Amino acid sequence: MTGRWLLPALGLLVAALFLVSLVTGPAGIGAAEGLAALVTGEGAAGLVMREIRLPRAILGLAVGAALGLSGAAMQGFLRNPLAEPGLIGTSSAAALGAVIAIHTGLYAAFALALPLMALAGAAVAVGLILALAGPRGRALSLILAGIAISALMGALTALALNLAPSPYAATEIVFWMMGSLADRSMQHVWLALPFLGLGAVLLAATGRGLDALTLGEDAAESLGVSLTALRLRIVFGTAALVGAATAVAGAVGFVGLVVPHLLRRAVGARPAALLPASALGGAAMLLAADIATRLVLPDRDLKLGVLTALVGAPFFLHLVRRMGREGA
Amino acid sequence: MRLDLRDLTVRRGLCPVVDGVSLAVAPGEFVGLIGPNGAGKTTLMRAALGLMPFDGLSSLAALPPAARARAAAWLPQARDIAWPVSVADLVALGRLPHGPGGDGAAAVDRALRRMGLAAFRDRRATELSGGEQARVLIARALAQEAPVLMADEPIAGLDPAAQIAAMQVFAAEAAGGRAVLAALHDLGLAARHCTRLVVLSGGRLVADGPPRAVLVPEVLGPVFGIRAHLAETAEGLVFQPVAMVGDEDG
Repeated sequence: MTGRWLLPALGLLVAALFLVSLVTGPAGIGAAEGLAALVTGEGAAGLVMREIRLPRAILGLAVGAALGLSGAAMQGFLRNPLAEPGLIGTSSAAALGAVIAIHTGLYAAFALALPLMALAGAAVAVGLILALAGPRGRALSLILAGIAISALMGALTALALNLAPSPYAATEIVFWMMGSLADRSMQHVWLALPFLGLGAVLLAATGRGLDALTLGEDAAESLGVSLTALRLRIVFGTAALVGAATAVAGAVGFVGLVVPHLLRRAVGARPAALLPASALGGAAMLLAADIATRLVLPDRDLKLGVLTALVGAPFFLHLVRRMGREGA
Repeated sequence: MRLDLRDLTVRRGLCPVVDGVSLAVAPGEFVGLIGPNGAGKTTLMRAALGLMPFDGLSSLAALPPAARARAAAWLPQARDIAWPVSVADLVALGRLPHGPGGDGAAAVDRALRRMGLAAFRDRRATELSGGEQARVLIARALAQEAPVLMADEPIAGLDPAAQIAAMQVFAAEAAGGRAVLAALHDLGLAARHCTRLVVLSGGRLVADGPPRAVLVPEVLGPVFGIRAHLAETAEGLVFQPVAMVGDEDG
């Protein structure tokens, strides 16, 4: 596929999957009937469409785009195709925040406590990473700080599970961490969208710097790129995207890792061109995966994160094998 | 636009790595920066560009980053190509400081032609040989079309023909009105192609002048620990190291 047609084609794919997501579900509403009800908002069908399926489809699109975009930005910044948006510790910190909300029962008292605690967790991770790696440090210090923070957050999450007040709470935590878009409301959408928008704006402006980094940090700086500013944009942008995505969807892995890989060749491997392509690709992948969770095992509540991992991991193995053969 | 360094000092801890170097490179000059390993050549050039903290004055580092990127192209020693982008896209990165549009595509074409890479423009840069990649990266620096060109060991690892071709390109860039400063280890090529040589030893500038005046036993012995044969021939200046100092059998 040539570069010029890639973005429109991906855009059409996302739009089609968005519609399919709207008309897929257990309520047994016909496609035309459902879309009409979405517009009018009348009756039980209108309620289902507007309160259940619309937020789910919007979140699928937005969370997928967030993961794809932040994955492409993180790989470009770290100059490493194995980097993923969770690398700087924000997703594990957001997960810890959510787990604390479940553990303490706060989320039962106040519905938005869980996503708000997750966002707070992501903010703590940003503070920690800037304190550990310094605002001017280079890529390696960022990776090491991210690994340390992820390890700490993982340990604290395990502690929360270990000390869960009841088996029910433990189950709840485990299921939440598998990631899902089921039973989300427009409240989740309104909570997440500002952070997703902010993150997207921050990362959209990194294209030039990421392109220059193809030549290494020294050459990029000599081309007039401020590595300090680029790094802050990457850290804050990724944290806003991944923090908000985790807050409303739980931990959904592999999208941010696999999608940039899939599309890299199609954009001529240019990091700036990969950003929008990867955002659309991530949206398409997550919408498709979320539709699949409703079609494959409709009555078993298959979790979104489980599905993306099940599909993503073998696919990633295939990519790694191909890379190994090409020696690139 | 010229490169002007006054009393430039870079310290690592308390120990000066570059020690009070004053140096000017004017348009039209191709200056070879020579010296043994660890003499401070790379540090001097990075500091001159403002890529690391230093004491003293540098005309380039004094500029804001965007203006400096238009004033000086920098070719680091590490030949880094992170992604399998096409040769033309990689060379076009040299146009980043100039913003979109303008003369960009033509500048990329000129740079590719000068490095003999026109046939490679659609190849993936990561799939080329090491020497070809080095030429692509030189082309990237040329495409920047900045008045000052600084290169750190640009010809290391190239085959003899490519080395001569690259030195001729640098000399032509200088003759065309740019100020060129390149760190070089091949003193023979430096002697033949540079208009001037600057010798760095232990972070200090110890000699500065035309190749004939610099490549003399009084400099070569103490700085490089070698003796050499230097002769003016019909083909120009010929320089060949022959032995290490104190190695009287050589």
